[in-house]
Amino acid sequence: MEQIGKITWISGPVVRARGSRQVNMLDLVEVGEEHLVGEIIGLEGDTITIQVYEETSRMRPGAPVFTTGLPLSVELGPGLLRSIFDGVQRPLPAIEMRQGAFIRRGVQIPPLDREDRWTFTPRLEAGVDVKGGDILGTVQETAALEHRIMVPPNLEGKLTWIAPEKKFTIEEPIARVKKDHREQELSMLQHWPVRQPRPYRSRGGNAEPLITGQRVMDTFFPLAKGGAAAIPGGFGSGKTVAQHSIAKWADAQVIVYIGCGERGNEMTEVLQEFPHLIDPRSDRPLMERTVLIANTSNMPVAAREASIYTGITIAEYYRDMGYHVALMADSTSRWAEALREISGRLEEMPAEEGYPAYLAARLAEFYERAGAVETLNGKNGSISVIGAVSPAGGDFSEPVTQHTKRFIRTFWALDKSLASARHYPSVNWLDSYSEYLEDVANWWHAQVGQNWFEMRKQAMEILTEENRLSQIVKLVGPDVLPDEQRLVLETARLLREGFLQQSAYDAVDAFSTVQKQIRMLGLILQFHQKAGRIIKLGAPISVIHNLPVVNDLIRMKTAAPNDDLSKLDTIQNEINVQIEQLEAEYL
Amino acid sequence: MSDIAIQGGHEVIGVNRIEGPIIVVENAGTVGYDEVVEIIDSQGQTRVGRVLEVGDEMVVVEVFAGTTGLSIDGTRVRFLGGPFHIAVSEEMLGRVFDSLGNPLDNGPEPLADHYADINGMPINPTARVYPRDYIQTGISTIDGMNTLVRGQKLPLFSGAGLPHDQIATQIVRQATLGTPAGESSRRSEEFAIVFAAMGVSHDVAAHFREAFIEGGALTRVAMFMNLADDPPVERLVTPRSALSLAEYLAFERQMHVLVILTDMTNYCEALRQISNIRGEVPSRKGYPGYLYSDLSSIYERAGRIKSSHGSITQIPILTMPNDDITHPVPDLTGYITEGQIVVDRNLNHQGIYPPIAVLPSLSRLMKDGIGEGHTRDDHSHISSQVYAAYAHVQDVRALSSVIGEEELYSVDKQYLKFGRSFEQKFVNQAATENRSIEQTLELGWDLVSMLPQEELTRVSLDEIKQHYRVEEKDEHGQE
Repeated sequence: MEQIGKITWISGPVVRARGSRQVNMLDLVEVGEEHLVGEIIGLEGDTITIQVYEETSRMRPGAPVFTTGLPLSVELGPGLLRSIFDGVQRPLPAIEMRQGAFIRRGVQIPPLDREDRWTFTPRLEAGVDVKGGDILGTVQETAALEHRIMVPPNLEGKLTWIAPEKKFTIEEPIARVKKDHREQELSMLQHWPVRQPRPYRSRGGNAEPLITGQRVMDTFFPLAKGGAAAIPGGFGSGKTVAQHSIAKWADAQVIVYIGCGERGNEMTEVLQEFPHLIDPRSDRPLMERTVLIANTSNMPVAAREASIYTGITIAEYYRDMGYHVALMADSTSRWAEALREISGRLEEMPAEEGYPAYLAARLAEFYERAGAVETLNGKNGSISVIGAVSPAGGDFSEPVTQHTKRFIRTFWALDKSLASARHYPSVNWLDSYSEYLEDVANWWHAQVGQNWFEMRKQAMEILTEENRLSQIVKLVGPDVLPDEQRLVLETARLLREGFLQQSAYDAVDAFSTVQKQIRMLGLILQFHQKAGRIIKLGAPISVIHNLPVVNDLIRMKTAAPNDDLSKLDTIQNEINVQIEQLEAEYL
Repeated sequence: MSDIAIQGGHEVIGVNRIEGPIIVVENAGTVGYDEVVEIIDSQGQTRVGRVLEVGDEMVVVEVFAGTTGLSIDGTRVRFLGGPFHIAVSEEMLGRVFDSLGNPLDNGPEPLADHYADINGMPINPTARVYPRDYIQTGISTIDGMNTLVRGQKLPLFSGAGLPHDQIATQIVRQATLGTPAGESSRRSEEFAIVFAAMGVSHDVAAHFREAFIEGGALTRVAMFMNLADDPPVERLVTPRSALSLAEYLAFERQMHVLVILTDMTNYCEALRQISNIRGEVPSRKGYPGYLYSDLSSIYERAGRIKSSHGSITQIPILTMPNDDITHPVPDLTGYITEGQIVVDRNLNHQGIYPPIAVLPSLSRLMKDGIGEGHTRDDHSHISSQVYAAYAHVQDVRALSSVIGEEELYSVDKQYLKFGRSFEQKFVNQAATENRSIEQTLELGWDLVSMLPQEELTRVSLDEIKQHYRVEEKDEHGQE
């Protein structure tokens, strides 16, 4: 490692050094005798500005600065799944083994274990021409996922040798590729600079929804695979619980969960819970498809800035294998604040609320790395990004929420008043939106039910109407409304309590299959329609309200497990019987 | 690990600039970032400071005790060669200290078992133990609705003139490790208490002191005092000193520690003041952009770790300026802490004690600390039911203030009644009343039984069968 200069100035995570004019922007450096890791973020003449990913206290001017000559990169290869890293991909369990319960600085441990041996199964034979993205062979990384070892994106040539099926460490050679008389050895371990998106062949459309098992999201405001969504909400509105629920139940093959500047206990909760929760699709522990990045709020702020890029680069790597990846970032506001803090230390001119003027550009770069693509090897892969936003004071007009809205297409607005009534997930159905409705409608119609779009629309109409009517009720009381309109209020209550509310902690209710979702919605709408007929016949709203089936409809979410919807048939029957009885009475 | 480097160091005579609590020293030689500094004025008095920024030619130092009486030429600055450490030991319990750990009670300097860097170190998330043991505080609105868990950080959001200090002392007095409802309480495991006062008045400090004496707790309390007339800059150190002791007690001495930090708003004011003098770019309301990171470096020092039985539970108190929960201090605090207990002025006016507003209050760790084996199997459902019902009461009250109570549906009238009883019987309790978890849960069922069964959609049918008071219904339920 080469020394490039000496420190001249220190203020928190920002350090200036004077020395070489030959270094590159965003190169990785090591600072001081303790070799603290940092990144070059500014160059002016022979002055080098560095953000350091570790605590800088005790550092002195005059201390040396070294460079690796490479940009900040992540290690890619078997062993990523089930791992938990900090913001610059240091393995936290290994740090705990070495240093104990507290994270001290200056630790250097490679992200992926060098001793583990993985069984490599070749897919190609020597002699063929290969190019970037081609799958050389596979490794069963976990029981849930086959890891595909690819030719690095920027390489092509003739495959001169490939290893036979055997166990290798990630550093041992498994293939050789020759081009123009230069032969290059490949191992299962690869590197990629985090700030540079990985290449793909072409971008595709967003035709398939990312099923989260959360009714308000899937049925009302769907996110497409390869789409981007934001979950904004003040503190206590349930952002993290919503993110956890999606990480648990989303039908993606790989989950990358970034805890960016949030609570330590929340990451511990994921770590302790995920190995025990079973993915309903693969029947394997959820941890086997999960990569965790934990840079909690009290860990160094510059590493928080990097954590988002570390996470999305890992996501892209799995996308390139042809997998559907879902990435959760909790919270992008903390990341934006890290940008602001570093910008402040650099004494840059601030734009809104002290945030740097390039905030919007950085957000755009991040969200644009989501997408459904045709990969270099011709497979279909996608990254769906779900970013939590923590607006100051719960006020959505602040810069991070506003800029985020420009780059995402599904907006799950969390509502504090719903949360304080313990209505979870507290997604406000009037403020939220999804621009993927039309994109995913075909999938719903083909896979689940012909009339999803129509049913969703009806339900939304009822909820919107409820909002309008409740304005009137607030002024003059409910008695002035005609019974048809009071039926709208009653059905809206069924929708809210019976459908939209979903308990993340109830074994049956935590996750709903799309089949269950559409059946439940169908029952409520049927009830509404039939009850409407009775009201037209002159029955008062109170008899509708007092029908025993109303209670069944509210409780059906917990009464009918996903694999046995027969309880819903019973309720269907009850609706018919009870309404018929009424009909007979009033006809 | 007691790497104390507070010896020798080197000294510079004369400073170049003095501004508020900040001094700038040029040509100071090699100085480390965040190093401790002793400043000796022309009278020979010593005060302590810390390096905020260091360059080749100049060093920026914040002086904890302020710069009154310092002169450009007559000031000597001694750089001590390492970050700030305080001596910590078990015998500090029962004592009173200033922010820097110097005794204020005329007692001797405590013998140090260990010198701790006051900035602490982040806990590795993989080394944490997820907190699951609930603390019974004997206050229904906390135990029943926002259960406190050992290792949690749960602040009191209050306002000027509200009884947050009484609530905090009641918690300190009554807190015991919870047991499942109906079981007799285990040998009451006592908490060690670390109390940090930041910019509070002498009266408030005296209140806490008396309460500790009354509760017989004084021998297990360590107090770190920075009162309202003490230098504001020292406030930045107070909570860190206190938490360094708490970490030592919890993680080295296996104790359960309850940390009371009051008042965090004063702490944030001091941080803003320093940031302002340094000419930093402000974000909201003049607070520095790193307020969130700075607060988290305090609050995240709560929790449990695998290698110790001990725990740190934090109860920070903050007064919301103008009762505004969206003010940056409560707002950023709420984003870091695991919930909040909101003290409400209206309830206080109605003479209800403790005036805790349950709707905006929250305990994030409650879900794993309650239920079967912890409190009682129906706890989560009944508390959710009470929440939902009381939230509906707010709507009904708004409506009745427009159309009058007479015009309401009969079921809504029942809700109004429920709301009043909830506030009078459930929220309201004496400052000395210590309710068991069972009493609290039963009280919850008494109350929801004022509503018709069909309204209770958050509890299961089995739970209704088991707990719903049928007699109540005959009395009030049907018209």
